[in-house]
Amino acid sequence: MNHPLTLITFIPLIGMALILVCPPAFKAGYKWIAAATTLPQLIIAGWLVHNFSTNTAGIQFVERYPWIRAYHIFYFMGVDGISISMVLLTAIICFISVFASFSIEHGEKGYYALLMLLDTGMMGVFVALDFFLFYIFWEVMLLPMYFLIGIWGGPRREYAAIKFFLYTLLGSVLILLVMLGLYYYGVTPTFDMTQLAAQSSSYSMTFQRICWVALFIGFAIKIPAFPFHTWLPDAHVEAPTAISVILAGVLLKMGTYGILRVNYAILPAASHELAWFFLGVIGTVNIVYGAMVAMAQTDYKKLVAYSSISHMGYVMLGMASFTAAGINGAVLQMFNHGTITAMLFILVGVIYDRAHHREINGFGGLAQQMPLYTGITGLAFFAALGLPGLSAFISEVLVLIGAWQRHPVMTVFGAGTAILTAAYLLWCFQRIYLGRLDEKYASLPDLSLREGFTLVPLAVIVIVLGWYPHAILGLLQTSLNHLNRVVLAATPAQAVALH
Amino acid sequence: MELGNLASLQAFYPELLLTAATLVIVLIDLLTSDKSWLGEVALISTSGALLLIGVGPLDGGAWLFRRMLVYDSFSIFFRALIALAALVAVWMSIGSQEVRRCEQGEYYSILLASALGMLLMTESANLLMAYLSLEFVSLTSYVLTGILRHNRRSQEAALKYLIYGGVASGTMIYGMSWIFGMAGSLDFMAINRALFATSHIPVLAVFIALVLILSGLGYKVASVPFHMWAPDVYEGAPIPITTFLAVGSKAAGFALMTRFFYPAISHLGPDGNWQPLNQVAWPQLLLVVCIITMTLGNLAALQQQNMKRMLAYSSIAQAGYALMGFVLLSNDGLIAMLVYLFAYYVMDAGAFLVVMIVANLTGSEDISAYRGLAWRRGGALLAISLTIFLLSLTGIPATIGFIGKFYVFAAAIRERFYILAVIGILNSVVSLYYYMRPVKAMFLEQPVDSVSAVTVEYWNYGLMGVLALATIFLGLYPPPIISFASNSLRFFISSS
Repeated sequence: MNHPLTLITFIPLIGMALILVCPPAFKAGYKWIAAATTLPQLIIAGWLVHNFSTNTAGIQFVERYPWIRAYHIFYFMGVDGISISMVLLTAIICFISVFASFSIEHGEKGYYALLMLLDTGMMGVFVALDFFLFYIFWEVMLLPMYFLIGIWGGPRREYAAIKFFLYTLLGSVLILLVMLGLYYYGVTPTFDMTQLAAQSSSYSMTFQRICWVALFIGFAIKIPAFPFHTWLPDAHVEAPTAISVILAGVLLKMGTYGILRVNYAILPAASHELAWFFLGVIGTVNIVYGAMVAMAQTDYKKLVAYSSISHMGYVMLGMASFTAAGINGAVLQMFNHGTITAMLFILVGVIYDRAHHREINGFGGLAQQMPLYTGITGLAFFAALGLPGLSAFISEVLVLIGAWQRHPVMTVFGAGTAILTAAYLLWCFQRIYLGRLDEKYASLPDLSLREGFTLVPLAVIVIVLGWYPHAILGLLQTSLNHLNRVVLAATPAQAVALH
Repeated sequence: MELGNLASLQAFYPELLLTAATLVIVLIDLLTSDKSWLGEVALISTSGALLLIGVGPLDGGAWLFRRMLVYDSFSIFFRALIALAALVAVWMSIGSQEVRRCEQGEYYSILLASALGMLLMTESANLLMAYLSLEFVSLTSYVLTGILRHNRRSQEAALKYLIYGGVASGTMIYGMSWIFGMAGSLDFMAINRALFATSHIPVLAVFIALVLILSGLGYKVASVPFHMWAPDVYEGAPIPITTFLAVGSKAAGFALMTRFFYPAISHLGPDGNWQPLNQVAWPQLLLVVCIITMTLGNLAALQQQNMKRMLAYSSIAQAGYALMGFVLLSNDGLIAMLVYLFAYYVMDAGAFLVVMIVANLTGSEDISAYRGLAWRRGGALLAISLTIFLLSLTGIPATIGFIGKFYVFAAAIRERFYILAVIGILNSVVSLYYYMRPVKAMFLEQPVDSVSAVTVEYWNYGLMGVLALATIFLGLYPPPIISFASNSLRFFISSS
């Protein structure tokens, strides 16, 4: 394959075009076109992982062509260990989410077309290495998300959709300003992220700090980090199931990915200086606050949404530790959280499709009626609360081991929250699945074949990564350890001296 | 090079063509009874004028008609932009039901005359010429605004426009007289020489004169505090005229303003930065005007229920973004302004075109008329196009509007106007809210009338398609427009 990254990014656009020209008579065909589009994407992702060399921290599968010469903008794509894992995650989640979308019943053409556009935007963010290109993909993603929530969402969808759009746009315009600042005030004006990283010491420390915080806010809105998280519960509750899956599975990861790719790589000295507060303290707040709010929820989906906020806190805490264990654990946690939360949202969707409500207290005893469903839910819940043998255990432990060496107090809070997590998940499990079965739900069918097809692959990944985390860690290690060393080596003194 | 009256004509063909067309349309109107093809005559003449502008002689520039007009790359850019605006306005007029009901002969001849005046504005190299061409544009615009004789809103708009315009241009010519008194000449280059010759210019007097002149120019570009006419006029005028005023008249205003404030009263440094007159604080004043213009435009647009009013306030805000490039005192900034104005032309014309198509269909310009448009049979394309234009106006990437904003913000950052850049960017976030309101109505709400299909004439579809594709294509591949803009920033200022 000559241009695997271009292919993997733009195949969905071909699918989108096909869906748009497909006459309404073949209405049933839209979803199959979407599935047929995401399958080759998944295959290419597998091919990339297979041919990816884990011995180097450099970028691979590079494609670089001039685009807008006046501003030295290139069509520049490539992947390293950090992005390849996210590419794989995106391909998996997109494939699954097409099948999770089959219950959409009106405006299928628009739905699947927008889903494909969203897919291109997400994939593009992870493979772009030119800041301008990165920004284009970053923004292009907002629009399909707005419509997917706004048209196919729940009762308060209009509010949730515009809130999501405004929040994330506010974040991204900050990124735009920093991007322009980095372009003009470096030694050579460039948008090339690798070159920006190479010349990072030429930026003055004050400038670095301002840029770092602005970028952090831009990315933190996506994570979402406290106090920018308020759009997330609204968006999740209103979004259709498959969109929640994508939102939690991939979109949130873009925030932490952006911090690694831009803040850490391009502004290492400022990262070294500021991460303890912005990632460490705020991450810990995320963990504790997310878990506590999750405990108070009575809406099943909102509970999962807040648990997402809590779990993303571990990613931030791990990144703030600047230890090999912490930072590898953080990115592994991104991958694991992507798969586990995707499962949880699909599971919420399953019960919502049947009962048409998500009130936790309105259920009970579903285990008798839907044993298969309950079994998989149990697996997902135990994975989410970090049971040994399942994937999240490894990543959370790595994060905590790493963080302990640098931020012991925060680590205590982070580790302690595991009890809260267990509490709200088990309490929720008990209320929905155990106890006496409500008469109303005595006729609910168990998982359908299609639902099983969306859940089982994720469950397999969760179990396999619980025993063999090296499958992902192996991809990450070289690049992440290199990045970690760069950040550790960059001190404010050095930046000033070179300036 | 200074060309005499006859030699000047070789660079003046587009204007001559428009003059001829104006007269021919009046004549045809007198002689025939079937007036339905006058629009086509106007369309052919504006295309012809555009073509002539494109093939005009380009040899570094010249003074025309004894230094009354100047011919250079800068004027070619704006003449092309104005010819394009006139082309779109005529095209829309042919497809507009409002316009079909008014007197065809008068309408098209005055429209072309107005375009002629705008072309002259972009070329003026003399305060007298500047004033005459600006008044010419104003007078024709008053008539065009009020051309719907049986529509009270149109009448009211024309009257408001006339009163505001009269005051503004009166103030402006008073300011010009101050300049004449101090410089002893109306010629831009002579003013430049006179003001820069002495180190003791009367700072306060020059400042007052510039403020007075700005009232006339600010009125044309609809910047605060001379913007009050815009919402009423945009709402009352027939939609093709609204488009023409929003795009063409504004561009002409920017052209004249740039030519007066830059080559006429500033000096170009070797590094592409402009040196304004010592201690005369017009850049600071305009900086404040720019910030207030975009903020006020955006905040006022938030509450509008009528699409034309909303787009009117939006176009005030858009002028504010273009002004961002203007106040930076650098060639980068001016190039950004040119790119922005071109982008603005494409997306704003597109948005108004869809408003017109919907008004043709439903007879209403309210946002509520857009409810569920995307879900009506045949309405999807219309809704998608309007969405593209509105997102472009917001500045979302992969549209030409993003390229415009990118250029303006990049120039601001480069010249270290951080606060300005931050205010601009926050404004674009605020603007998302109101630009998404029609989008929300079209896609997120259910149609009031879901039975009848939406039918649009191919004539209107064609233009809409061209503008929508241009918005996307130039957003993804901007080099053509960027090189056009950066090659156009050459003022002919040799004073020999």
